[in-house]
Formats: sequence, structure tokens, C-alpha cells
Amino acid sequence: MSAISNETAKMVLPPEQKSYSSAARRRRILINALRVLFLVVIIGGWELGTRVGIIDPFFWGQPSGIWAQLVTWATQGTAQGPLWEQIAVTLEETLIGFALGVFLGVIFGVILGRNQFLADILGPYIKAFNAIPRVMLAPLFAVALGLDIQSKVALSVVMVFFIVFFNAFQGVREVDRNLIANARILGASQRRLSTAVILPSALSWILASLHTSFSFALVGAVVGEFVGSYHGIGLLVQTAGANFNANGVFAAIVILAVVSLLMEALVTTLENRLIRWRPNTVSDATL
Amino acid sequence: MITDLLMAVTDISTLTQNIPDQSTPAIELRNVTKRFRTPAGQAYTALRDLTLSVAPGEFCAVVGPTGCGKSTTLGLICGLERPSEGEVLVMGRPVQGIDSRIGYVFQSDAVFPWKNVLRNVASGPLFRGMRKAEALTKAREWIARVGLTGFEDRYPHQLSGGMRKRVALAQTFINEPQILLMDEPFSALDVQTRTLMGNELLNLWSSSSASVVFVTHDLEEAIALSDKVCVLTAGPATVKGIYTIDLPRPRNTTEIRFDPRFVQLYHEIWEDLRNEVVISYERNQQRDR
Repeated sequence: MSAISNETAKMVLPPEQKSYSSAARRRRILINALRVLFLVVIIGGWELGTRVGIIDPFFWGQPSGIWAQLVTWATQGTAQGPLWEQIAVTLEETLIGFALGVFLGVIFGVILGRNQFLADILGPYIKAFNAIPRVMLAPLFAVALGLDIQSKVALSVVMVFFIVFFNAFQGVREVDRNLIANARILGASQRRLSTAVILPSALSWILASLHTSFSFALVGAVVGEFVGSYHGIGLLVQTAGANFNANGVFAAIVILAVVSLLMEALVTTLENRLIRWRPNTVSDATL
Repeated sequence: MITDLLMAVTDISTLTQNIPDQSTPAIELRNVTKRFRTPAGQAYTALRDLTLSVAPGEFCAVVGPTGCGKSTTLGLICGLERPSEGEVLVMGRPVQGIDSRIGYVFQSDAVFPWKNVLRNVASGPLFRGMRKAEALTKAREWIARVGLTGFEDRYPHQLSGGMRKRVALAQTFINEPQILLMDEPFSALDVQTRTLMGNELLNLWSSSSASVVFVTHDLEEAIALSDKVCVLTAGPATVKGIYTIDLPRPRNTTEIRFDPRFVQLYHEIWEDLRNEVVISYERNQQRDR
């Protein structure tokens, strides 16, 4: 369908327009080619460095070794069981932690954003709690909630909550006064005001926080697994490190990166669906 | 028995109080003063001893220099603000909170950017608990009335400024307000669109029976639209003069300004307004320095 309309567009376009669109295509090809080249130079340089002895593969790993490790894990499984199971466990912890953290963050953000009195009372405590590095709670959760999934979910929730909370809080405060006045005069009750005006209006703030908070949910899950667990990619990294297996650490990192990028794409899709009403000026600014 | 009788009597008396007879003004401000606390902690007087009344079905324009407290007056009538002194009455009763009989059109865009035209217009009835199907049907009718049929699915950012104002008008009129407050509604539009929107407004208004308070700094617009023009002084605002506009209706706002009587009224009111504008201008210059 779009191919056809592209074709017709090309036929109708005046020659100077046509040269513009082909210039844009050439630029796109060039950029993609340079991206691949960049990757080849970095990976190739690393591999070459280890081969000629500038980089010690025992400490810094080796691309071919990392690949071999990935293949071994994928085909023969890891010491803790099949690879997909490790990915599934980490993903499960991350997603549950992310969902709960976002939910709680939005609820508290909207409540405190709308209630100045409550915000004044709780403000200093929230700031204080936010100031402590929250990964330090990992041992506490491991002791209190055990080595299963719960302790990792709890850490993820805590990591995500504050980011979403502060964004939701700020988003609620930035809602256009006129929109609120208009809704009230049109007959909105306090409750409808929250759901029909304040939440949609704060949504662009909240959605902006989802990108960062997803990676924090992953950090929470992985750190939780470091501290103590039976499964997960975090445990893979931990055991590889303990066995002086640098390639294993990098292989686990590669897996995490891929998972993280896939989820990031998912969040972006969600964002585009939820704020279709907004003119697309912001999306152009992203990398 | 006696208590029943007493109940009945009180019932009747409250009933009679509720019925506004023709002599009760739709809106009445009695010696109203409004003070705000500035961020620096000082009191700022926006309105001082302002008295104004608008009859049922009357179109009253309020003009005054910029920043004199015109919008504050509207805030008091619709219940978003409370007076520091004096009384504000709507249909003969003091204003207590937001009144469902009032509609308000804002200066800036106050349509919801995340809702399409249909949902924006249907907001009022939906907020007030009307069933969805019914509200949407009603919204379509009003969209047709303001000439936006075919644009139901568009979002506000896809519309021109004039079209967004039409959405705002439909959004307000769909609630069938008895009192319509308008805060420089057309000031952001270009001059041609503004006069056309004036006609549009008069059409909508003539088929309702609403009393209107129309705040503007454009004297021409004020005279073209209204039955009565109220000139406010430079802040703190109080009433400087009230002029009856005896131009015939229905009016065409694009042509009425060539009427000799229009020109005469314009001169008369401008004499009053000019001094206030000069005072306000000089004050602003001093402050800037």
C-alpha cells in the first residue's frame, strides 16, 4: 500500500523534489553503512588487540570467546539450567517490579500532586528516602523476603517508584490552570477532574519517565540476583565473575543489553499509542 | 400535623425564593472588593467597590485597560473566586461554589488537547452524568451548529485558532447555560476571524436566552455585540460608566461599525475609556523602569 503511494508520489513530484528524496535516501544508506563500520572497528580492534597481546583476554574478554560462550549457553544450557529460563526469570522480576513501581508511583504522584497539605507533610521524608542509594536495600530484601523472586521484585519496585513518582508529581503540578477551571465549570467532580483532566495531562511526563525507569527495574532485578538467588542473568554474571570467566560476564551483559533494547522499543510503542493526540515534534529530537 | 403544616409552609417559601422573577437581575455585584495576596506577601486590590447588574437575557460587555481586573470579575461570578468584601448574586442568590447554570469561555485555549472534537464537545454532558450515546448525539448536533461537521475526529492541534474557538463555543453552549461568561474569547484570533466569530456568537446567543458578560479590551467589538457596555477604571477596577447600546438587532458585526449611531457611541465611550488607558499605560511604564 505504502509502496504504491510512494511510487505515485514519485511520479507526480517535480524533478527538484525527486532529487531531494533520493538525497535523503543516500544519506540514510551512508549513515547505516558507517554504523556497521563503527561496530566492526570496535569489535575487530578488540579481537585484534587480544590476538596480538595488547589486551589480556583473561581480564578483558575476547569477542570470539564471548560468542563461543553465548553459543555454549544457548545450546548446552548454563550451570543453573537452560539459558531461556534465566532470561525468563530476570524478565519476570523486571516486568512485575516495573508494573508495580509505575502503578504505585503514579497513584502517589497524583495524590500528593493534588494535595498540597499532604505533600508538605511527606515532602522531607520522600526526599530523604530518595537520597539514599536504594540498591543498598538489596541485602535487607534478600533476608526478609528470601532468595526467590519476591526480593528482586521488591528492589525493582523501589527503584522504579521514585522516578515515576517525581515525574507524576511534577506532571500534576504543571497541568494548565485553565484546563482545570474549564473542566470544573463544565461540571467535572473532583474525581472526574483527576481521571479526565489531570492524569491525561500529566501522562506525557509519566511516559517520559518510563524509559529510564525500565532500565532501573532491570538494575533492581539484576542487583537482587547478585546478592542472592537461584536463577537469573544476574546470577550468571555473578558466577562467571567468581570463576574469573570474563567472557561469561560480557556474554551476560550482551544478553541484558538485547533484552533492555527490546523492552525500550516496547515502551516507545506504548508511548506513541497513548499520546497520539500530541503533535509529533518531540519524537524527531530523539537519537 | 402542625409540623407537617409548617414544613409545607417553609417548602412554599423556599419555592417562591427559587423562582427568579423578571425584576431580579441575572447577575448582580454589590460593592464588591477583591484583594489578592502577592507572592511578596502584600495585598493587591484588583477590584474596589464594584457594582454592576446584568438583566436576564442581556448582553453586557465589560471594557477596561489591560490588567485592570476584568477577568477577576468573571472569576467571582462563576464561583472560582470569592469576594473579599461585598456580595455577588446569581439569579438573586449569593454565589456558593461553581454554579452549573454558568458557562465560561476562556481567553486562551482551554479545550482538552488529548480529546478529539467530538469528545471535547461532549465533555460537559458526560461530566454531568449524561449517558454516553445521548451525550455524543447531542455533541454532534452542536458541532453541526458551529459548522465543524466532518472534523469530529480531529485533535485540537490539527485545527486552526478559529476552529478551536468554535469547539470551545460548542463545548460551552451544549450545557445550555443561563449565564455565559466570556473572557476576551476572540483576542488571540486575527481581525477578520474575530468579527466572523462575533456573528457566530450572536447567532448562538439569540437562540438561547442566556445573559452574557463579555470581557474585552476591544471597544469596537464590545459595542458591536452588546446591549450594554460597562467601562472599568484602571486597577483597582471600579465602574466608570455604563452605556446602553441602542443599535437594532439582529446585527451584522462586520457592517454595524459603519452605522452613524455606532460611530457616535464609540466616540462617547472612548472619551471615558481613553483616560483610563492612559493612566494604566503610564503606570506600567513606571513599573518597568
